[in-house]
Amino acid sequence: MAKNSEIKLIGTAASPFVNRVQFVLHLKSIEYEFIDENLASKSELLLKSNPVYKKVPVLIHANKPPIPESLIIIEYLDEIYPDIHPILPSDPSVRADNRFWANFIDTKFFPLFEELRRTPEKEGKEAIKKQLIEGSKLLEEAFVKFSNGKDYFGGDDVGYLDIVLGCFLGWTKFVEKHNEFKIIDEVRTPKLLEWTKRIWSHEALMDAIPRNETLMDFYMMLQINRPPRKATSS
Amino acid sequence: MEKVKLFATWSSPFVKRIVWALKLKNVEYEIIYEDLANKSPELLKYNPIHKKVPVLVHNEIAICESLVILEYIDETWNDVCPLLPKDPLDKAKERFWAKFGDEQVLPSFFGYVMKQGKDQEESKETTLAHLKRVEQLLSEKKFLSGESFGFLDLAFGWLAENSRPLEVITGLKLLDEDSFPNLCTWKDKFLEIPAIKESWPDQETLIAKYQEIRESKGK
Repeated sequence: MAKNSEIKLIGTAASPFVNRVQFVLHLKSIEYEFIDENLASKSELLLKSNPVYKKVPVLIHANKPPIPESLIIIEYLDEIYPDIHPILPSDPSVRADNRFWANFIDTKFFPLFEELRRTPEKEGKEAIKKQLIEGSKLLEEAFVKFSNGKDYFGGDDVGYLDIVLGCFLGWTKFVEKHNEFKIIDEVRTPKLLEWTKRIWSHEALMDAIPRNETLMDFYMMLQINRPPRKATSS
Repeated sequence: MEKVKLFATWSSPFVKRIVWALKLKNVEYEIIYEDLANKSPELLKYNPIHKKVPVLVHNEIAICESLVILEYIDETWNDVCPLLPKDPLDKAKERFWAKFGDEQVLPSFFGYVMKQGKDQEESKETTLAHLKRVEQLLSEKKFLSGESFGFLDLAFGWLAENSRPLEVITGLKLLDEDSFPNLCTWKDKFLEIPAIKESWPDQETLIAKYQEIRESKGK
């Protein structure tokens, strides 16, 4: 049941923050126009729509002022379409706990991926890998708490944290392969590993998770535009 | 009886906004001042991941991260003094600018005033550019949240509270009336709000504290 809702999403397929918003749009069966952005050469529309950060995603709803920042967009969509697949729970303390973990994922966990790419020395990389593994253990505990025996952070079906974390699964696989280590595995994070399989095969989400080729193109662009730091001489 | 505890330090801008929100909503609470060099077992229990203040504990449930706490307070004590607007787009705007404030404006502002010499000069441009954005937000409004104060004013309250003490210790005119007329007017109005005025710290102590931090960073 698609809705004609005059929604435009400025984004790029490789951005997990954009994918997040796509997850929500798919779950709520909202029709939207995807405006593909080339981040190496940003469009006038993007620069005008997000003058402060010049980043994707940006949501444009009808003639209203554009909304940037993926988590803010998710809450906006949840508020304007509250009846179809609600994303955030209604209890204030559970909402707060969800928002807390989203903040953790965005400020402490995911930035490590980029840090790993930009760190040149092996020793530095090993230290970051260790932090990623520690982070994943915390996320395992969070999953156990939120899911309470069920399949998703949101319980019986996909909820806020499934979206907020699930959008990184493409990059997680990419980084694991590229760096020959496991962030999520059956020994340290067994429940999370099971969860990832459900996300990869979830009807509303699977199409929005970018495949390896898309990520590789984006990775190459990053390597050129934001190359790894120079190794400090010992 | 609901039990509300707030883990705090007396000078943290992130803590202050919670104090203001609780006062505005007439919530009774117990404040526990932490020594960040020697954190209490309770703080570490309630905020094991970040080990930071503020932490709000409501009937033994811990809420961390100040903007998350503000929204929790607004949703829980929703019959008094609403902080966020009802309209989803207006809400999104306030959330965006609050995030911008915490991620960009606050760090650059404090970075600017706490540094000295060349480091300070380098921070100046960025800080002024950020402040200009906030100035523009007030161009047709009395408060950052609109006709009456709200979430966004609390989020930027640190600017109102700290600009004068920091001017005193640095000798810099940070919010001058010519460049930032809206911000100057807003600042005075904000500080006049009774709940804010009542929790105003002793200026002398605040000045002494900042002086101490600035000197230790200058070494």
